Amino acid sequence: MAAKTIISRPIYGTLSPQPGKHHLFIADAEGALAITDMAGKAPSGFFDGAEIVFIPSPESKHIAALEALKPMQLHVAPSFASLLPRLKQTLTNAHMGLRVYLAGTEGLIGQAMQVALEAGIDHTSIETEHRGSLARRMQCVHCKGITENVTTQPATCSHCGLLLLVRDHYSRRLAAFQGVCINAEDRSEIPPIEEAFP
Amino acid sequence: MGITFRKETFRDDFTFKNSPEHIRRFPFPFNEDAYMYAVNIEPHVVGPKGSVLENLIDVDEHYVAEMQDRALVLAEDPLRCQSLPHMTLAGWDLLELLMEQQALGYPEHFTLERDGDRWHWINRPLGIDDTFTFGDTSTLPYGPMEYITRQSQGDFCILDQRDGNLWMDAGMVTTQADWSLDFDIGMNFFEWHAPVPLAHEKGIFVRALKFLTNIQQGKPARRLNWTMTINPRLDTSPENYHKWGPDRATVTPENVGDKVHLRVELQSFWRLPRSNGIVFPIRCYLIKMDELVTQPKWARRLHRVIRDLPEELATYKGLTRYRPTLVEWLSKLDDGSATSPGFGPD
Repeated sequence: MAAKTIISRPIYGTLSPQPGKHHLFIADAEGALAITDMAGKAPSGFFDGAEIVFIPSPESKHIAALEALKPMQLHVAPSFASLLPRLKQTLTNAHMGLRVYLAGTEGLIGQAMQVALEAGIDHTSIETEHRGSLARRMQCVHCKGITENVTTQPATCSHCGLLLLVRDHYSRRLAAFQGVCINAEDRSEIPPIEEAFP
Repeated sequence: MGITFRKETFRDDFTFKNSPEHIRRFPFPFNEDAYMYAVNIEPHVVGPKGSVLENLIDVDEHYVAEMQDRALVLAEDPLRCQSLPHMTLAGWDLLELLMEQQALGYPEHFTLERDGDRWHWINRPLGIDDTFTFGDTSTLPYGPMEYITRQSQGDFCILDQRDGNLWMDAGMVTTQADWSLDFDIGMNFFEWHAPVPLAHEKGIFVRALKFLTNIQQGKPARRLNWTMTINPRLDTSPENYHKWGPDRATVTPENVGDKVHLRVELQSFWRLPRSNGIVFPIRCYLIKMDELVTQPKWARRLHRVIRDLPEELATYKGLTRYRPTLVEWLSKLDDGSATSPGFGPD
């Protein structure tokens, strides 16, 4: 569970079953366990109206556990990028009252939240639970490129190559933390690079 | 007779300077010999003749050069001007406000004629003479916010008010003190202020938000904020930090007076009539140390403020690297005698 630091940094909760007939779950890797944990608290028949979209880890764990919940639909996708067209379509066609649940890494929660916001769903109505890696999605404030799965502090921008301080300042619109050049005033200063977001 | 607009630059050869009259009218932000955050908001009413408050929207000798610098920034990075789709009406509100205020305060430079929705705007310093239909974006070369803020000094943030909060949903930001509109757009009041140290714990933002959401039409408010900038550079954006950051390592005892600038923001807050948004102009004033210390009271007081500034604030404002050099230089101008009350020079 990531610690709260500054106000723009997202705070995640624990998934809980919401009233309603239609439920959309989006999860990656260990996020599957947030769904199976929640299932114990769900009323019977809850998953009859649920779609689960799941991006497994490379070891393909937890797929069977999700199948066992007998959701109306289980869709397994290889990556978030591959999932995006389908997700946009699902949200565009969604009826009023659809409940959205996001579980897994911050990158997954942030990007799925971004798509949901664009579809007009209020962020405070979305259930979230952080599970698994603390890796961050980072936008370089200088070149605007996004670097995925940042685990170190500082981190190198995968686009322009500047060494960036990964701030806690977070944009829901960009689904990213802000990266700012850490040695802009004197490029010869190279601070030690530490594993900060394992 | 009007204002004589200076030909000057805010980059490369940095020829920006203040005339002696502009030094005296500089909005010095310290009314005592120490500084700490406060909700220092007051009604934005007209002040003394010859001050920056003589008009509620101030136009000064740097106007033309600042607008040229803004055009250069926008050409390099169009993301400095953004407006979310629901903010167009607020953009028209802002256009009306700035045209009215500039024409009112400086009739020799700006003229606004209205015939129903047909508006005729003349901006003599920039050589603009346009007729357009108020409310019809297709009759302007840019969206209404971008059009008028390319002709108005200072940065502008337009805040949408909903859910008891203010949302940074549009802005023209090219002279900012190290924050990114592109990153912060769409955030609420607490979120975009999240990186500011100490002030959250003091409840500053809760009280400020309460004040701002209650601002009424025709009753604007204002506050001063400050930082320091090396060289008279308007564009101290985070986007370009890797380009201007090295300036901070160039301060020496010999060049402090010329390189180190006090940067003061006159922030004002106005309710917009049609959109119910708030516009938040952030007007930036720069003055180099050599100019500032021509007023002995300001020299003494600035020395004490910078010397005693809490470390977190010095770090946040980016002063760490050159603060000792600056304090040493200013200390020679501080004989320890008392300073008179108030902001103004003696």
